[in-house]
Amino acid sequence: MAVITYLEAIRQALGEEMARDERVFILGEDVGAYGGAFKATEGLQERFGEARVVDTPISETAIVGSAIGASYMGMRPVCEIQFIDFIACCFDMLTNFAATSRYRNGAGVSIVVRGPCGGGVGGGPFHSVNPEAFFLNTPGLKMVEPSTAYDAKGLLKAAIRDDDPVLYFEHKFLYRRIKDEVPEEDYVVPLGKAAIRREGSDLSIITFGAMTHTAMDAAATLSDAGVEAEVLDLRSLAPLDREAILTTVSKTSRALVLYEATRTGGIGGELAAILAEDAFEYLDAPVMRVASVDTPVPYSPPLEAAFLPNADKVVAAAQKLVEY
Amino acid sequence: MATNVVMPQMGESIAEGTIVRWIKKVGDAVDRDEPLFEISTDKVDAEIPSPAAGVLSDIKVKEGETVPVNSVVAIIGAAGEKVEPDGSSAPAAEAPPAEIPTELPEAAVGQPEITPPQRGGRARQTEEAVSKEELRRQKSSPLVRRIAKEHNVDIREIQGSGLSGRVTKQDILGYLESGAAAPAPGYPAARPAAGPAFRPGENVQIVPMSVMRKKIAEHMVLSARTSPHVYSVYEVNFGRVSELRDKKKAQYESAGAKLTFTAMIAKVIVDAIRAFPVVNASIDGENIVYKKDINLGIAVALDNGLIVPVIRNADEKNLLGLSRAINDLSNRARSKKLSPDEVQNGTFTITNPGIFGALYGLPLINQPQVAILGVGGIEKRAVVLGDAIAIRPVCHLTLGYDHRLVDGADAGRFLSFVKERLENFEEGWM
Repeated sequence: MAVITYLEAIRQALGEEMARDERVFILGEDVGAYGGAFKATEGLQERFGEARVVDTPISETAIVGSAIGASYMGMRPVCEIQFIDFIACCFDMLTNFAATSRYRNGAGVSIVVRGPCGGGVGGGPFHSVNPEAFFLNTPGLKMVEPSTAYDAKGLLKAAIRDDDPVLYFEHKFLYRRIKDEVPEEDYVVPLGKAAIRREGSDLSIITFGAMTHTAMDAAATLSDAGVEAEVLDLRSLAPLDREAILTTVSKTSRALVLYEATRTGGIGGELAAILAEDAFEYLDAPVMRVASVDTPVPYSPPLEAAFLPNADKVVAAAQKLVEY
Repeated sequence: MATNVVMPQMGESIAEGTIVRWIKKVGDAVDRDEPLFEISTDKVDAEIPSPAAGVLSDIKVKEGETVPVNSVVAIIGAAGEKVEPDGSSAPAAEAPPAEIPTELPEAAVGQPEITPPQRGGRARQTEEAVSKEELRRQKSSPLVRRIAKEHNVDIREIQGSGLSGRVTKQDILGYLESGAAAPAPGYPAARPAAGPAFRPGENVQIVPMSVMRKKIAEHMVLSARTSPHVYSVYEVNFGRVSELRDKKKAQYESAGAKLTFTAMIAKVIVDAIRAFPVVNASIDGENIVYKKDINLGIAVALDNGLIVPVIRNADEKNLLGLSRAINDLSNRARSKKLSPDEVQNGTFTITNPGIFGALYGLPLINQPQVAILGVGGIEKRAVVLGDAIAIRPVCHLTLGYDHRLVDGADAGRFLSFVKERLENFEEGWM
């Protein structure tokens, strides 16, 4: 097994799926000759040609709209949104069109829309958002966000092979910071399955994406203080792995929900609601949320640091939860 | 109307306060919020304003005395109200009519008749905070409430280690494990699971319990916890009973009754109960309650449960009457036509696991009774009679009894009596 970066894992998944299935092609801004803003598609146009790695005009609506059309013609397009913030531009295509297609006319839309999300890199309000909550309330869309190179590759392959629209959020903070072992042979990480990253008995930290690493750091600190946190990495945000969520909380009886998007109306609210509905009698303390502050993502590095969740904030919340 | 003046709560941790000085004297007129007395507590010393306008009519706590928070320390009477406790001040109130009357009507009109004790914003907040915390302590969490309910534990008995003394999961599990909650020694509470054992989605079928099932479950758990059960099993030669039954069957049938072994056993049991009334009793606190009626419960298995109809005053019936009663009650039990009073007030129960082939059973007592007879299967076996081996129908009878009240010797005497009577059943009893 080779140790590769999160970014390289994405690139490998794209290359392998294109080699495996000629219906797979890439379209996006600067994905061809330039190799993508973050180099996720580097080398792919050389390898597969301009017809399969298509540079598009600066129109997310056009990217996703033409991908939907291509999927109707039997293709499996992968759209790159240069920064996931701009997915808002194709919101209508995704929510009104792609998400409802199977329900309206029995035609699944086999597209993947992927792009870099998240903050912590000084990207400011246009280049840092975590958009999952915008789409959580849209039945018909699947959403994933990997936290490891292994999952980045396995989830992207599963997303490309899925017959319905999948939003694939890749956290830009992890691109080159996270490296782990990825097998040479073909594998997928199934959609809708969470993973326990650390076992513990005192509380469950339910999280995903870059926050998984924050949770792991916090769990290590907590462990030194005698508090054993279990860390559940959701991996898929839609559908959610309810069984894994309920299992960990029934074990620990205390839940801390950690997500990088802003707090209000976030996925953490949905997780808390699931626990209130289905795990009420397992709970020994209120569900707590740790998330970003309810403001646009600040550009100033100190402000952004204050805005984002971090291990200290998680530790403080976990201590409160355990003492409840 | 009088208004009580109470010792205020000055800070949430404060339980009592000391009156340092009364600023007003009995008979003095006071305005609302006018300083009335000074207190000293662990935290602060303060002047306490009057909660109402009127006349200070009674001082209940003298200077230097310490009283708990919310104790009544004085009473403010409405203006013009007679000052009762101190007779000498009454003429004083009358004496200077020129001074007071001008003020009194105004005060009387300006104030509502009943002036509720006015509390400052801070005091009110404190009170709410206290009750919220107390609520948190008592309500604990859904998980703890469920565990408490399952184990019949009062959360207030447990020392909490959580926020505001809240009882946490660890606290209640520790409490249960320590045995503090065990209702009867020898029956440790089952260790609670952290949550329901099964969830939809697992490869199981989940069916809600019927009302009857729940009642049975509750009742059986109660019985297992309440009574230290002890069992004695006797082997009884049913040759004589069987012979007589065959002989009289047709005769009973023509009288409209089915003669069963159960009826014949019931007949003997009634006689045995008369001879040994301790098995027909109950325990009430530290008293033994001997039941003068013999109300015999007969357990009847239903498709999805069990019911125990009761033959009232079974000792007043002969074997034909018992047979009729058993036939009637078990038929109506199976067709669900029993009335509620027909399943109540049993004093002793007979159950019949032998019907299903059991050699003998170890039944749980039907509370609040203290004994239960289990009738095993009746099967032909090799029996030693004198020095010969014969083939006879044999039945194992079990007496399950509450060892708090019934000892092994009592049970032995009771079962010996039953065995002797059954093995020598007299035709005249039929």
